[in-house]
Formats: sequence, C-alpha cells, structure tokens
Amino acid sequence: MWQQVVQFYNRFASPKWFYQQSSVWVTWLSAVAITGALTGLVWGLLFAPADYQQGNSFRIIYIHVPAALVAQSAYIMMAVSGAAYLIWQRKMAAWIARAIAPVGTAFCLIALVTGAIWGKPTWGTWWMWDARLTSMLVLLFLYFGVMALQQAIESSDVGYRAGAILSLVGLVNIPIIKYSVEWWNTLHQPATLKLTEKPSMHPDMLWPLLIMIGTAYVFLLLMIVLRTRNEILWHERKRQWLSKVLEF
Amino acid sequence: MKLMLATLRRDAVLAARNPGEWLNPLAFFLMVIVLFPLAVAPEPDFLSRIAGGVVWVAALLATLLSLDMLYRADVEDGSLELWHASGEPLYALALVKALLHWCISGLPLTLLSPLLAVMLHLPDSAYLALFLSLALGTPVLSLLGGVGAALTAGIGGGSLLLALLILPLYVPVLIFAAGAVYQASLGLPYTGELAMLGAMLSLALALTPWASSAALKLNGLR
Repeated sequence: MWQQVVQFYNRFASPKWFYQQSSVWVTWLSAVAITGALTGLVWGLLFAPADYQQGNSFRIIYIHVPAALVAQSAYIMMAVSGAAYLIWQRKMAAWIARAIAPVGTAFCLIALVTGAIWGKPTWGTWWMWDARLTSMLVLLFLYFGVMALQQAIESSDVGYRAGAILSLVGLVNIPIIKYSVEWWNTLHQPATLKLTEKPSMHPDMLWPLLIMIGTAYVFLLLMIVLRTRNEILWHERKRQWLSKVLEF
Repeated sequence: MKLMLATLRRDAVLAARNPGEWLNPLAFFLMVIVLFPLAVAPEPDFLSRIAGGVVWVAALLATLLSLDMLYRADVEDGSLELWHASGEPLYALALVKALLHWCISGLPLTLLSPLLAVMLHLPDSAYLALFLSLALGTPVLSLLGGVGAALTAGIGGGSLLLALLILPLYVPVLIFAAGAVYQASLGLPYTGELAMLGAMLSLALALTPWASSAALKLNGLR
C-alpha cells in the first residue's frame, strides 16, 4: 500500500508524466465543472425556494459559501505543496504552489465581495469589522504577500522556498478563520453545514449548495491543472521531451 | 553558546555606536502618537478611548522600521556565512537577533508606555494593562518580524515588501493587545487577552526561530 503511494507520488512529481496525463484531466474536469455550475446555478437561483426572512438575497450563498471554502482550502493546498517542496525538493510541488496562489486570491476576493453585496440588504452595511470578515481579509493579504515574495526574488528556487516558508507561517490564520465565529460571538453566523450533524437547511436549498461547493472544488482543480501545465511549458521549454510532445 | 553571547555582545556594541538606528524609530513612534490628538480630536474623553489602539498601531510601525536592518548587514558582509560555516545552529542566531531587536525596539516602547498613557489621557486603570500588553506583545512582533527580515534580507529594496509580508501576521497580536487595553480602560477584567498574548509569545518563541533559520539558509543559495 505504502509503496504504491510512493510510486504514485514519484510519477506525479514528474513534469513529463503530469503534462501528458493532464490533457485528459482537463477535458473531464471542465465537463464536470460546466455541468455542475449550470445545474447548481439554475437550481439555486431559479428553483430553490426563497428564504422566509431574507427573501431572494440569500441566493448569493450559492457563490459566497463555495468561494470562501475554496479560498481557505486553496491556501492549505498551497502551504502543503510548499512544504512538500521544502522537504523533497521536487520542482513540480513548487510549480503547483505557484499555480494555486492567484486562483486562491481570486476566490478570496469573490468571497469578500459577495459577502459585502449580501451584507448591504441583510445587515444594512457593506462591511463590518467582524472576526470572520477581518480574518478573511487577512487571508487575502497573506495571498498578496506570498505572491509578492515569489515575484520579488529572481532565482526561482529561492523564490519557491521563500514563498513556501511564508505560506507555512501564514497557515496559523486558517484555524482562526474557521473558528472565529465560534470563539468570538460576532455578526457572521456560524456554519450552517457541518459534517457531523444533520443539516438545518431545507433539502431544496441544500442540494444546489452542495452541488456548487463540489463544482467550486472541481473548478479549483481545473485551474490548478491548467496553470501547472503552463508552468511546465515555461520551465521545461528547452527540454527535448516537450518539443517532441508539442510536435504532434 | 559562546558564539551566541559573542554575537549578542557584538550587536549590542554596534547598536550603542549607531544610536540613530534604534533611536529614530523611537522618535518616529512618539511623533505618530502626537499626530493623533492633533489630527483626530484633542478631547480627553475621546483620546482615552482610542489610546490603546493608537499606541499599538504606532508600535507596529516603529517595529517595522527597525526590522529591515536586522539581517541585512550580516548578509552583505558575510557574517551570516561564517555563522553558517561554524556549525552552530541558525536557530540560535535567529533567537539572539530577535532578542536584540526586542531590546532596542520593544523594550524602550514598553518602558515609555506610562508617559504615552499620560499624553493620551488613558484612565488610571489601564496603565498596567498597556504596560503588560506591550511587554508580552512586542517580543512576538520581533520574533515574527525576524522571519520576514530573514526572507527579505537579500532582496534590494525589501523593506516595503517586508511590511507587506509581516503586517497581516501582526493582526492577531494587535487585536488582543488593543483589546486588553480597551477592556482595562472600561474597568473590565483583561486577563483573558493577556493570556492569549502569552500563548502567542510561547508559540512564536518555539516556532519562529525555526522558520527564520530556514529562511536564512536561502541567502546562501542566492
């Protein structure tokens, strides 16, 4: 079992293998992402019942919640790939970490903006200095910092390592975001969805949300694969295997 | 151990011979504090409410000013490589540097805090909270800042980048420290906030030198 894991990791860390296999993944991931987004959005925005208190404005959760979840997961993925690079020094790990950073930043921005749009009719204000909002904003700044550091250092190896160290140090913010609404009794409501409990939402509202969350993760994977393929194209541009692959 | 003491002594002598390096951030800190009553409002009631936050924001900025030079000279003149070659762990160097940085930035700020409390009309009940929050919080700033300084030491014009990297990490310290002062000024208990600051200090003391030493090793590869 363990040997298979190691074997898979070693294959995964080979740019050639990844580049050749991932063209199929791109097709599948985009197919799933497009179907999921169409189903989830049409169901959530048109057919799910309106909330008895918030009316139609609650429908923004179909974008907001998936984006916020993915923004945090993407940060963890970036830090873990960074750690993998620091430990095993496989270039693929660093390229994946680099590929994740802008995607995670975009999701973080989407979560903050949709939250503000939802907050205006519901809380009566665009922005509150609430624990969860503030820690999401800090997450955005952490993403900015990692990207700025990666860009500031010219030697790519040192840049990758510096970015990995910084993203690992910033990892302390993730549990703070997750538990902020439970530790501090603030404006943002606690999580409605919990793995351990029966959901308190009506199934007609819940299903589109679950579909959208799944879709957001598939989309994140798709973006990572596409951007990693770009990194491979750039960094391996002088390698023979790549010119052979590209000739066909 | 011997090398740690020698470095500490050398850096202390360097700091004593170049007082501008650490006095300028202190003067900056005082001036920022003076700007608030002038720019916002000089009423004692109002000042006493914002005093904790103002002192803490100024402390963050002053810490950032003196962080940039923490490792820069050592990277440029090769002392870092000698330390690396000596076989002593870089973990120890990171600890010594953070300690020294705290002695020339956080410690004077902490000692100045009663004066600032008077200037900003802080209620008597909050003097001790301000002093204790600075005493527990500023070492965390130095330790976390050490990681940023180590990451940016070899980059030209890295000081702005350093601020960008480090300020988000300072946010939890700022929230709890300013919270403690605010609670105390209302006469409420503030031991919970101080305990959180103490927890952050222990965590930073254990983990940040490790991250700094990983970052310092990168300078040899550059």
